[in-house]
Parts: sequence; C-alpha cells; structure tokens
Amino acid sequence: MQEKVKEPGSEFTHIGTRPVRPDGVDKVTGRARFGADLSLPGQITGKVLRSPHPHARIRSIDTSAAEKLAGVKAVVTAADFKDQPSEFVPAGEMMINYRDVVRNVMAREKVLFEGHPVAAVAATSASIAKQALKLIKVDYEVLPHVIDVREAMKPDAPLLHEDMITQGMTPAPTKPSNIAKRIEIGLGDIAAGFAAADIVIEREFDTKPVHQGYIEPHACSATVSEDGQAELWVSTQGHWIVRAHCARLLGWDVSKIRVTAAEIGGGFGGKTVVYLEPIALALAKKSGRPVKMVMTREEVLKASGPTSGAHVKVKMGAKKDGTLVAAEAQLLFQAGAFQGSPVQPAAMCAFAPYDIANVKLVGYDVVSNRPKVAAYRAPGGPIAEFAVESVVDELAAKVGLDPIALRLKNAAKQGTRAAYGPKFGPVGFVETLEAAEAHAHWRTPLGKNQGRGVAAGFWFNIGGETSVSLSLNEDGTLSLTAGTPDIGGLRASLCMMAGEELSVGLDKIRVQIGDTGQLGYNFLTGGSRATFSSGMATVEAAREVKREACKRAAKMWELPVEAVEYVDGKVRPAGPNAGKHEPMTLAQVAAIAGKTGGPIVGYSRINAHGAAPSFATHLCDVEVDPETGKATVIRYTALQDAGRAIHPSYVEGQYQGGVAQGIGWALNEEYIYGPDGRMQNAGFLDYRVPVASDLPMIDTVIVEVPNPSHPYGVRGVGETPICPPMAAVANAIANATGVRMTDLPMSPPKVLKALDDARAKGAAKM
Amino acid sequence: MRYEAPATVDQAVALLSAAGPDGRVMAGGTDLLVQVRTDVLDPGVIIDIKGIAELRQITEEAGAFRVGAAVTGAELKEHPKLKSVWPGVVEAANLIGSTQVQGRATMGGNLCNGSPAADSVPALIAAGAKAVIAGPKGRREVAVEDVMLAPRKLSIGRDEIITAFVLPARPARSSDAYLRFIPRTEMDIAVVGCGVSLTLGADGTCTAARLALGAVAEKPLLVTAAQDVLVGKRIDEAVLDKLGAAASAACRPIDDKRGTKEFRVKIAAVLARRVAQIALERAEGKQ
Ligand SMILES: Cc1cc2nc3c(=O)[nH]c(=O)nc-3n(C[C@H](O)[C@H](O)[C@H](O)COP(=O)(O)OP(=O)(O)OC[C@H]3O[C@@H](n4cnc5c(N)ncnc54)[C@H](O)[C@@H]3O)c2cc1C
Repeated sequence: MQEKVKEPGSEFTHIGTRPVRPDGVDKVTGRARFGADLSLPGQITGKVLRSPHPHARIRSIDTSAAEKLAGVKAVVTAADFKDQPSEFVPAGEMMINYRDVVRNVMAREKVLFEGHPVAAVAATSASIAKQALKLIKVDYEVLPHVIDVREAMKPDAPLLHEDMITQGMTPAPTKPSNIAKRIEIGLGDIAAGFAAADIVIEREFDTKPVHQGYIEPHACSATVSEDGQAELWVSTQGHWIVRAHCARLLGWDVSKIRVTAAEIGGGFGGKTVVYLEPIALALAKKSGRPVKMVMTREEVLKASGPTSGAHVKVKMGAKKDGTLVAAEAQLLFQAGAFQGSPVQPAAMCAFAPYDIANVKLVGYDVVSNRPKVAAYRAPGGPIAEFAVESVVDELAAKVGLDPIALRLKNAAKQGTRAAYGPKFGPVGFVETLEAAEAHAHWRTPLGKNQGRGVAAGFWFNIGGETSVSLSLNEDGTLSLTAGTPDIGGLRASLCMMAGEELSVGLDKIRVQIGDTGQLGYNFLTGGSRATFSSGMATVEAAREVKREACKRAAKMWELPVEAVEYVDGKVRPAGPNAGKHEPMTLAQVAAIAGKTGGPIVGYSRINAHGAAPSFATHLCDVEVDPETGKATVIRYTALQDAGRAIHPSYVEGQYQGGVAQGIGWALNEEYIYGPDGRMQNAGFLDYRVPVASDLPMIDTVIVEVPNPSHPYGVRGVGETPICPPMAAVANAIANATGVRMTDLPMSPPKVLKALDDARAKGAAKM
Repeated sequence: MRYEAPATVDQAVALLSAAGPDGRVMAGGTDLLVQVRTDVLDPGVIIDIKGIAELRQITEEAGAFRVGAAVTGAELKEHPKLKSVWPGVVEAANLIGSTQVQGRATMGGNLCNGSPAADSVPALIAAGAKAVIAGPKGRREVAVEDVMLAPRKLSIGRDEIITAFVLPARPARSSDAYLRFIPRTEMDIAVVGCGVSLTLGADGTCTAARLALGAVAEKPLLVTAAQDVLVGKRIDEAVLDKLGAAASAACRPIDDKRGTKEFRVKIAAVLARRVAQIALERAEGKQ
C-alpha cells in the first residue's frame, strides 16, 4: 500500500489517510479468486431444477430417469434435507425459522414461487446436468397465485401457508391468512398530536421489490471426505452463518464443516442466507465428488434476494412554524414466499431522524408468491424513508420553510428519544444538514426543466460476535486474521487500525480473512458492522500484542512488567529504569519470543457493543424531459456522519455506491410479473440497474462526529447512503415539474403520464 | 454442436441447406450466442460467416454503397466516407451495445435476429436500403422493410443468407438521422426507435423523405404517410407537428415490460420531430 496522503495536523499516522487498496490490483487483473474460481480435482457440476409455477402442490417427484443418465453422479430432493420444527431463532438483525429455511432451499409440500428449487443434480458436465434436469418428472397440482401485497392481504386470496395465523394481533385471528405478523411501535399520544397540528399531510406510496444486483452470482464449491469432513468455498457475507445453516439443514455437526469465504463480488445483504450451499454439500456427500454450483443471472433474479415491495401510508402534522408534532405510518411489506420482511426495522427507522413527540407505526409482514426477500442495505429503511422524506418535503413547502431549515428545526440530537425506544447518544444529523446548507451545491442556480431535492437518511448499525487474531511473526511483521468477509475494503481498514495502534508501517501487516476453522465465531459482514466490530477486536488484539511484547522484554531485562512501555513501535524501559536498556523493535522482540514464552499472538473475541447510528443528508438535482418524462440525475451530493473515516476513500465509495443503487431503485429498477405469476425481466437488460453513464459524479462530504464507544470513533457507514436517494430524486422531480411521484420506480412512462395528467388540470410546472 | 467457417457464400449456402432446420448462421454472435447460453436456441450446426471476404467489405459503386452483411459496427464507424453520407445508418448501428459488442455486432445479424426493436433496421429502411440475399437458387434483392414479418419471423428462407445491404446513391442536400428512446443512456433496447432520411431541393423544400419506426409494431415500420407530410414542404414547426402525428398514427404497439402502448405512441411523435430536425440540419449542411 502506497500513496498515503496525510492531513496536516492529524493526531494519527494512518487513520484518515488513503493508501492504495491492497486487494485492488488482483481484482482488476483477474487474479482474485471469487466464488466460482475454485476448481478441485475430480470436480463435477451441480444444477438446480426450479419450479416453473408460482404456486403449486408437489404431488410427486420421479428422479429415476435422471439418475440413470450416464455422467449423473447424484440427485437430491427435499428428502435429503432434515425437516425442521417451526421455531424462530435470532440471526443477526432478523429472526429466522429453520422450517422455512429448509423449504426455501428445497421445496417440500408446495412450490411457492417461480424458480423455487425442487431437485438438484450433479453430473460430470454442465450439459449432462442440464439434460438430467429435463428427465426429472415433477407432478404439480397448479394452484392460484398472488403477487401483490394488498391482493395477498385480501380474505379470499390464495393461501400460501394453510396454517399461518397472524402474530401480534389480540385477539388472535381464528382463520389463517397471508399476513404473518402485525407490529406496532409508538411514542406519546398520536390523536392529541394531530389535534395540535396546524397542517396535516397524508400520502400513500408504493415501492417495488428490487434486487441487490451484485455482479457476482451465487457460487460455491463443496467437497466431503470419506470420513465426513466437509469443506465449502463460497461467495458469502458470513461464512460462520453459512456453516450454521448448512449443519442444521443437513443434520451434521458444526465441527464437520469448514467454510472459506472467497473474494466476493458484491452482496449488499443478499449473501447473508443460504441457497446453493446446503445443496452442494448434499450433492458432494452423495456423489463422493467435489461439486461446484454457480447460479445464472436468471436464477439470481428469480430465486435470490430481493428486498420487499411495499405499500406505505404516511401522515404527518406540523405547527405553522414547522415544528413536527405528530407522525403516523402504516407499512404493508411483502415478504415473498416465507415470512420475514424487514417491516420491523422499516418502522423503527421511519421517523428516526426527527424529534417528534407523538408517533405511531403499524406494520404488516405479508407473504406472496415471490422469492423470499433477503436483507438489502439498510433492510426496510429506504422504503419507509422514501415515504416519510417525501411528506417532510411537502410539509416544508406548506409551512414556507426550505427543506433543510425544516429538518434542522426538527432534527434528532443527542438525548432525543427515538420512537423505537432508545435515546440517541452523540449523533451527527444536524452537522450533515449544516454541511449541506454550506455546500456550493445548495446555492448553485438551476437551469430549465431542472429541480433540486433534499432528503435525510438514518440507519442503526450493529455490533455482534467477533474474533480476530494477530500474530507477531518471527521477523517482526504481523499477520492479522479476521472473520468478517471483506466487501468494502475491510482488510485495509483493519491494517490501518492495527498499524496505528502498534505504530507499525502498513506494509508490515498482512490481513487475511480466516476460514471457520481458524477463529472463534464471527457474525457476518452486514449491519454496517465489519469495520466497527472487527476494528474494535483488532485494536484489542493489537493492545494484547503490545502488552505481551512488554512482558517479554521485561523478562529479558529482568524488570517488572510495569517498568516497560511500548512507544513508537518499540519496547523500552520506563520510569526510573528509562535508558537502562536499548529499546527493542518488534523484530527483536519476535526474535526472543521462543525463549521468553513462545509465540506472541493477540487474540480478541468480543461481542462488540456500542454501535452508533449514522445520519445523512443528500442533495439531488434532476433534469426532466417534458416530452418523454425521462428524469436524469445531473448532480448529487451525499453528506454523512461516519463517526471517523478510517480510510476516507472507502467511506466515500460506500456513500457513492448507496446513491448509485438508490438512483436505480428510484428511476428504473422493478420486478415485472406477467398474469401467469412469472417474472418477465430476469436479466440485466430489462432489470435496469443504472449503467455508469446514467450517473453524474457523486460528490461526497464526510462529517465526523466520533462514536464514543469505538476506540477510533467508527460508526457503520454502508447502509445509510441508500436511504435518502429515492426521496431526494422524487423531491427533485416534484421541484422541477410540480408533480409529486409516489410510485416507484419513477420510470419515464409513469412520469410522463403524471405530467400529462397534471397538465390537463393546469397543475404542472412544465 | 458443430462449428463451420466457410470461405465463400456458396459454401455457406450449401452448408446451410445440408443442415436443414438445425443450422444457424452466425455473424457477430451477439444475439445468437446469448440465445444459446440462455437455452432459447440449441442449434446443431453453427455456420460462421465472418470468414467470407465479400461479407466483410464496404464498396462504393457510382455513389451507392454496398455494405457486407458481416461488417461490424466498429468497422462502419471507421469507414472514411460512409459516415458522412449516411450518418443516420452509422449512428444507429453504433448504438448497438457497448465497445465490446461493437467489435462483433453486424447489421445483418441485427435484422435477421428478427426483433422489432433492432436499432439499425429503421435507419436502413429510412435510407431505402436493399438487402442482397443469396440462396440455393441464386441471388436476389429485397427492400429491408420486407425482410422482417413478425418477431423472429423473416421472409427469407432458412437456407438463405443476407450478403450485403445496398444504400442508394444520394443527391446533394440529403441526409439522415436516427434516435431511439431508452430509459437509461446505453446498454438498453429501444422502447421506440425512429429513422428519417430526406433530400432538400435548391429552395430548401423537401423533395424526398422516408421515415421508419422501430418497436411500435410487430416489425419495424416504414411510415409512408410521413412522406406525404414532408415532400413539397419547407420543414417548419407546423410540418414537424404533423409529422409527429403521422408517426403516432402509424403505431400499433403492445404494452410490455419496456413500455406502455400509450407511452410508445406519444414517444413516436416526439422522436419523429426530433429526428427530422436533425436530418434537416444535416441536409442543410449545418451539422
Ligand atoms: C450487451 C448487448 C447489448 C446489445 N445492445 C443492442 C442495442 O442497443 N440495439 C440493438 O438493436 N441490439 C442490441 N443487441 C443485440 C445484438 O447485438 C444486435 O442485434 C446485433 O446487431 C446482432 O448482430 P450479430 O452479428 O452479433 O448477430 P448474430 O448473433 O450473429 O446473429 C443474429 C441472428 O441473425 C442471423 N444472422 C446473422 N447474420 C445473418 C446473415 N447475414 N444472413 C442471415 N441470417 C443472419 C443468425 O442466424 C441469428 O439468428 C445487444 C446485444 C448485447 C449482447
């Protein structure tokens, strides 16, 4: 790593500098090994047979003809996976039910979405595997299906799970429905709040399911030895999670499975669950051969991810001076085939940026015949915040305040109680608003057909179980092993924190992501936790190395350990003994390690507490073509509190990436279904993520309000940036056209129609 | 799957005849290979025509251009003269895909893939281009608008190949243009495409004009009404509005994942006006 640019006056040597990313060159030259890049001797190919129907009962599956095909080495169906009791267990930010997980991996009684796996084969070539899939006979009883969330909630809707009784209702319903759960959170007295409001705005919003859109499809290789020891190489955000799920679904001991996280080509939350992994292990075990499985893009879109589509109602009340006094929302979230939409976190963060005394949120988690949703960057947040930030924009206009001023007036600060319970510690929302107000973007005049939008964003961030080991090598260099897969530049950030702590050059520390056999449990890279949690553990491990180095020198020098200190990468006698011995470098300490007690290793295993939320303010300019309805984002600035930016370029990359995905969500991305319940746009041609030329340079401003719970002040930064863009774009379109868009995506046909309707009523600005 | 790379048109036609319905011509393969990979097609014999010299040439014959059917988009752009005479045809072909795709994609493949949204086809139709077709019975020429019948359905036989496109000689003060509407800026399929070719008289009135639309019907359409709107007129705002109305009236689109009927009909008018304006400025020598 070179090209270190240090800010003058910084208290740090490494923190806040921008060394070149150590894994970057391998990634751009093709040397890096991703999920599909491992090839083992004797390896064969696994493929999945998927349901063509969105909803059907499986009467029977006959795999005999496929098994007889030359080259086919194994066939598995639901019978190869242990059924699981219905029981909710915590899995990071969400709860999971293994009864659903096992059915999502391989359909049992019914198929519940197009693309639902029903069987899998492993064969000596991909074309034989494909041929074998065609030989599997599945007898389906096709059932009526339901796609839309509000349709799915109707009493006469086709039932996905005949035994699903809505949780969270008193009294509990007696009849099953597609509504898995009702949740409610609140503060104060909502009726009194609205009674005290001078202005009330109520709007309804729709959002479509959108996919995480990682470029690398799901991929893994599995091998099982004769004595039942399994190895799995996989593109994942959390290999300990993969190990736990696979062990459970296969009924194997956790210790029998070693999982290695490959380099990952994007995850965004979508690689926190298992799809192919248990199947590959089952096929490997049955065939006795290593099995590689790689999804096609069509499989990725039809059977993994996405996040929920939703229908959201928001009502907010303000005083004439702009003080927000009441806020209410109803969130109907589509979970896909199995329950577990992110409606809870959506409700929790909906009004979190504001200090409002009276808040009520009601959410519903609803199943329908679509792929089960997976986490996607700030799960649920962008949906709720799109709705809320759109209404806040309208309120600002109504009371005659600019959108930044209204937000400043009501911004959550240290001590503000959030509707979801806690009082905030030091948070940087006000600082991001002030930075936005001071930014040249905010004052730049707009041209013809252009508009400007402001929106805020919030995400909680999490900590969790983390293990890191740091070995002092015999030449004084250091090897750091962490367990949270590196997606956004984690290895470099950990290297910088260890280097800072030990006063060692970054080229002396090599960071790797260890496999599940090398460290204690690590929760996954998600919830914006990796730099926060693994960073915290890294600092602890580095401090242990320093203490140990002092101990070893003390032993050599025959001094009490308190009489030795670690300064500038060296150990030296301290206090009254200062100067008695020449300071020892880490290399010298390493050289005496054997004689003084053996290898020096710092090992930290923690449950990282004290994760702190990150707030953002975004500014967006669009230009709308009045004749085609096409909105083009022409300028964008993301301002966000990072706590402290360890490596500012990566932090900026997170801001830019979130904005790019958010603009796609705002303008063009959506799942399109035909009346047959089949997805019509399962490819990147018609599932329109933005291409590079669709986006302006996304400007960033890093605000730093340190998190007091982290040794370097780190907050998570990866999720907040995807929360504001949809509202920022919608608010900019409203500003340009006079038309408020409430239905995502704001694609040209929809914008043109809304514009034409408004023109007919004389309500458009263009 | 067998791969053949004939060196002459006759060999290609013979291979194609022998293969029967199992045979497929491949030019750039940017449609064909994608369809094979996604299991849409499973041809037994692939007959690669890129090795046939005559199909890779651009020749000028008395002001007319003969463009080999397997000439790539990148080669079209690099030709010293073609772009100045037929800027609309070249810009339409150059809209296909990305730099990588441009190195392979051909106008022959674009037409024979049989998509109503193919970008180069409305430009070729507006240009009045003819397709030269070779088959077991020899060669013939067909107007480009008569090649495609419906999605994936062509009027040419399974054992025929397109060898070249002939772009007619141009009078002075002629030009053409092509625009498409897509929701993104590139790497997308036209929601509507529109090509216009026109010639101006010495006094600035339009003496000849052709307008074609893509993605608004089961095949790319030659809008004959556009000719009546433009010819004999000076092209001003009022004429452009009429042209837009004629373009909209010719549409018979469907609602699909890429756009609604209503939207396509409106956009056809918008594009027709914009494209005619560009072609006009080019014919006037302003661009
Ligand atoms: C990433 C990407 C982006 C794309 N973007 C666009 C776009 O923007 N606009 C657009 O219109 N298209 C686009 N396409 C589609 C495709 O690139 C074009 O249709 C291209 O012109 C096809 O040409 P080709 O030479 O590659 O055809 P091939 O794939 O070789 O052939 C296509 C079909 O035509 C037949 N064929 C080819 N040549 C002949 C011939 N001379 N005689 C008879 N039959 C023949 C083949 O048998 C096959 O059925 C894109 C494709 C990709 C992969």
